[in-house]
Amino acid sequence: MRPNDRASLWNAVNAAGNLSDRFLCGVGATATLSDLVRGSCLGGRAAELRGRSVLVFTKSQLTAALALIELDGVARRLVLCPSDFPFEHLLAVVDSAAVNAIVSDWTSLPREISGVGCFITCSPKIAAANDDRTAEHQTEWVLLTSGTTGQPKLVSHTLASLAGAIEIGRSAPTPPVWSTFYDIRRYGGLQIFLRAVLTGASLVLSDAEEPTADFLIRAGAHRVTHISGTPSHWRRALMSPSANRIAPQYVRLSGEIADQAILNHLHSFYPQAKIAHAFASTEAGVAFDVADGLAGFPASLIGSCGNVEMKVEDGSLRIRSQRIAGRYLGPRAEPIAAPDGFVDTGDMLELRGDRYYFVGRRDGVINVGGAKVHPEEVEAAINRHPLVRMSLVHTRKNPITGALVVADVVLKTAPAGTGQTRTLEQEILQFCRETLPRHKVPAAIRFVNNLAVAATGKMVRQPCAMSS
Amino acid sequence: MSLRSEILSQFDQVAREQDKKLPVLTDNLELMDSGLDSLCLAIIVSRLEDILGIEPFSTSEDVSFPRTVGEFITFYENAAK
Repeated sequence: MRPNDRASLWNAVNAAGNLSDRFLCGVGATATLSDLVRGSCLGGRAAELRGRSVLVFTKSQLTAALALIELDGVARRLVLCPSDFPFEHLLAVVDSAAVNAIVSDWTSLPREISGVGCFITCSPKIAAANDDRTAEHQTEWVLLTSGTTGQPKLVSHTLASLAGAIEIGRSAPTPPVWSTFYDIRRYGGLQIFLRAVLTGASLVLSDAEEPTADFLIRAGAHRVTHISGTPSHWRRALMSPSANRIAPQYVRLSGEIADQAILNHLHSFYPQAKIAHAFASTEAGVAFDVADGLAGFPASLIGSCGNVEMKVEDGSLRIRSQRIAGRYLGPRAEPIAAPDGFVDTGDMLELRGDRYYFVGRRDGVINVGGAKVHPEEVEAAINRHPLVRMSLVHTRKNPITGALVVADVVLKTAPAGTGQTRTLEQEILQFCRETLPRHKVPAAIRFVNNLAVAATGKMVRQPCAMSS
Repeated sequence: MSLRSEILSQFDQVAREQDKKLPVLTDNLELMDSGLDSLCLAIIVSRLEDILGIEPFSTSEDVSFPRTVGEFITFYENAAK
């Protein structure tokens, strides 16, 4: 490191060593880490991004991965935009994060952000360049999660808080090859990206456009040893004839409740693998992982466990550690942690015997295959129908995606018969399809005479029954 | 309606609702090649639970998940026994 050079991802990648044997593999392109020593994915323009707030807006996860390695410590702030992020919220992100540069592999930007400062194209093909990567900044890493009304929340981390759960070190004699079904621009995927690059490993990246079977074949061809995904990702993988193309030593689940059935299925399909399920959230960071093959987690983990303190208060899991996010960015941002430093995850727990089990969310947020759905935004779409008085959106447990969205609807006047009920149902669903992504559209609508309203005037949301 | 025809009719109906094109459903067709994604399969499983009163994915003793349309039907037939 040069004088005034801080810790950075590039410095840590180098410290882990063995760059020429380590690769990042995307669809149709693979980069070796040693290519970055005298090369760049940014066409030699990294210097223009020094000190800026940079939106990393790429189709390809590989391009994003390379840009993140090059820009940590150089940019003042890196905002990570997943490939499925809705364009209509981009401007709010740009404003809240004071974005003044965009790095992208799109040839032209969506009009929402076309006028933003400096635009630098990046490519998974690394070209010769001699960039100065002196780390002058402790770069802020900003992750996007969805808020109650569908507006994104911007969660600010540092490399140190993100990497808090990772034991950083040099390459093992036979370094692991990591992979993940996740997008690395989301917290769960970012953990795997950092784990790979900080611990001297390689990484096979997924792609939203790639069928699961092709991804598994590609992961198998690169001899993936460690692989992570949500229980829904794994259910889908196990329903693919290509599931036997990988032979992992380590299988990790996170992002959704891991039930006993999926743990058993994975154990019988990959008998040689250690199977662990982890709890983490974008705000609270990585809390723990459990590898005893059982759903839930031992009650003995509550209290102080290594670098993480956990407690249960009002039924929900609270976490305090160095891994929690620093703050939300943007107007009207509330604090992430309570005054005592604990983050309320909003995940409700139930004690059965000597284990805790996750039973759903206090705020009724529905987790459809790892994607969060706030009931309020679905209710708003349903309530646009002129004959709807009110609606309550809740979860229905599902063995494929973990949960589905369903709705109870109160009409202003009772429908005239089965025919009209059916028509209304179709109309309401059409209202939802016009404004919501598919996973947020109710899978079923039930017409009811009334809904419970609490003394506060708010509808009563039961913590979702999603126990494992 | 037989279990088989009930299942196939749900495949058709959900594909229509979700704007997915289904190929001819044969027993050997891989579920992942059927044009239905996880969300479609999730909705089918949920509808079948309402209609048939069974949901074999969480309860089945079968070691492996179904991978083809034929295995999917057998999975339900075994659970209904």
